[in-house]
Amino acid sequence: MTTTSEAPTTRAGAPRAWAKKPGGSLGRYIAVRALLIIPTVFILVTTVFVLMRATGDPITAAQGGRLPADQLAERIHEAGYDRPILVQYLDYLGGILTGDFGTTLSDRRPVTEVIVTFGAATLELAFYALIVAFLVGIPLGRLAAFHRDRWPDAVFRVGAILAYATPVFFAGLLLKLVFSVWLDVLPVAGRASTRTELTLSRQDGATGIYLIDALKTGDPAIIGDVLAHAVLPALALGMLTAGVFLRVVRTNVISTFGAGYVDAARSRGVPERRLLRKHAYRPALIPIVTVVGLQIALLLAGAVLTESTFEWKGLGFQLAQYLQARDFVAVQGIVAVLAVIVALTNFIVDIIAALIDPRVRY
Amino acid sequence: MAATASSPRASRWTRLPVIAQLRQSVGLQRGMLVTGLVLTAIFVLTAILAPVLAPYGFSQLRGPDGAFGAQQPPSAEHWLGTTQGGYDVLSRLIWGSRTALLVIIVAVVASILVGVTLGLISGYFGGWLDRTLVVIADAIYAFPSLLLAIVLAIVISGGQSSMWGGILAAALSITVIFIPQYLRVTRAEVIRIKSEAFVESARVIGAGHARIMTRHVLRNSTRTLPLILTLNASEAILTLAGLGFLGFGIEPTAAAEWGYDLNKAVSDVTSGIWWTSVFPGTAIVLVVLGLTLVGESLNDLADPRLRKRAAGAEPVEDLGVDPAVPGAAATPETTKEAAR
Repeated sequence: MTTTSEAPTTRAGAPRAWAKKPGGSLGRYIAVRALLIIPTVFILVTTVFVLMRATGDPITAAQGGRLPADQLAERIHEAGYDRPILVQYLDYLGGILTGDFGTTLSDRRPVTEVIVTFGAATLELAFYALIVAFLVGIPLGRLAAFHRDRWPDAVFRVGAILAYATPVFFAGLLLKLVFSVWLDVLPVAGRASTRTELTLSRQDGATGIYLIDALKTGDPAIIGDVLAHAVLPALALGMLTAGVFLRVVRTNVISTFGAGYVDAARSRGVPERRLLRKHAYRPALIPIVTVVGLQIALLLAGAVLTESTFEWKGLGFQLAQYLQARDFVAVQGIVAVLAVIVALTNFIVDIIAALIDPRVRY
Repeated sequence: MAATASSPRASRWTRLPVIAQLRQSVGLQRGMLVTGLVLTAIFVLTAILAPVLAPYGFSQLRGPDGAFGAQQPPSAEHWLGTTQGGYDVLSRLIWGSRTALLVIIVAVVASILVGVTLGLISGYFGGWLDRTLVVIADAIYAFPSLLLAIVLAIVISGGQSSMWGGILAAALSITVIFIPQYLRVTRAEVIRIKSEAFVESARVIGAGHARIMTRHVLRNSTRTLPLILTLNASEAILTLAGLGFLGFGIEPTAAAEWGYDLNKAVSDVTSGIWWTSVFPGTAIVLVVLGLTLVGESLNDLADPRLRKRAAGAEPVEDLGVDPAVPGAAATPETTKEAAR
């Protein structure tokens, strides 16, 4: 949001009047960065296409061995997979340009529809996970930096490495085992209990994001049910990112702590705690913005695994289903859409980073 | 500064990558490095000695007294219980380390070979080839690695496979994800080194491109590799496990794989059967932890801002590079790239 509100002012000043400032102008940076999305998306989409077609057509992959050869050939012909590969490729690219990512083989739904239906759940999960990551990672990273090389630092750092070393699905299974099976305080799987799901789906103008829908009903039982289901998946996925945040904050606070202006403040007699809070901490948060952007890719991959662990019916869960069904058209489509999403988020993050920190613009 | 040079025992062997860092580290950092090395050593030894250590075969379903039975709790015959499919958990745990190690080796060797070569060519010659490679590498790098691995696993093995098919599928899909990292790191180093005086002098003498690239540039641009290598090895295990968990692993009869076992354990957890998931999961965590601790420690020791000084021991890593450029000057930036 900051992008739209601040960009015009800077961009207006950019063109000629004082564009000679060292470091380049923001407007130009945004333009160059926006243009870079095109080759990125193009390369990814092409890579996915080439790889998926390298082995043959998706219909043989899905039905091979189960259908007689003549029926198989007929199906392939119907879907147009017997045309020259280049024609298919151009067709595919043209489809993507118009927002058509293909139709799934197993349930004959447009990929875009699948994305819209299940994307909300994944978005919700990623959002929860990011909240967990922020709440856990940033304060602990700061604390670790402050107690550098003493025992709290050691504990937090090992904790962060453990968070990285634990596959999200194993973390999920452990959480399930402890909280759902042994202690029996939280639900085992799913996004909500069946009754809540029914209520929410019957609601007018349902967004698919359960928390918003539940808040709209205003029923505390429903809100509680939705939140209780979200706790374990959010923790499993969030801890991974929390560990990354912790490490980044720690490293950056340590390095800003050694910066000249902090030394200057220290020589003026500013107490250590205040140095940390006011001087070293704020600038150390800037790289977090970039890290969040890079985490989006990680979160998406993590979401596939987390959703499969908790039967959280989002895009990742659906992707796993299509993989099981060997529906490679669906897989190709979903992966291509995700590629576009990742490229766009990275773009937005880069712009925000450039707005916050002028040194980024080159 | 002078400590390394004057110490008589600081001979060739202390200059070996990991040992040099071990001597250099103190306190907490040394503790982390040693823990990491011990865990990694246990992992490698288990993998090598798997046939001796494992009580049963990884796909063995029955012993001398009949079938093992499914989902048996830990007992004297089966220390860690049996799985849903009736396999011995401990045996699959031990054999699984072998699969993991093979995948790491294949993945890391392949990605170093390709990545370093491309990085060398890209950085040395520059121009349009360089730009194209960097754009492609960036595009692939930004992409969720697991999704790419899924696509590649489909391509390479069609999803299901034998032991070597599965290992190659997992390893090669990981390779593609790693190549951009090696390419970038090597390229950054090569660009820095090719402007050094000794490269210039080699060119003046009349050495050809191939000779300069291999003898002068390559040898001096590999110093950050051990670090990325350990971090990538741990990522390789996680990707392998992720693939296995999604059902793209290796068939249980072909080889033992921890991710696959965890996939089969999801339903067990709901009914309170913990031994089928806790043990393979812990194995993954410990191995990744070990490798990451080694990588992290090497990373910190390479970065002077994060390094805790030992009394007087400042290493002089003389690799024949112009001493005016301190070795550390290039590493923070390159390692940050690698750790992104």
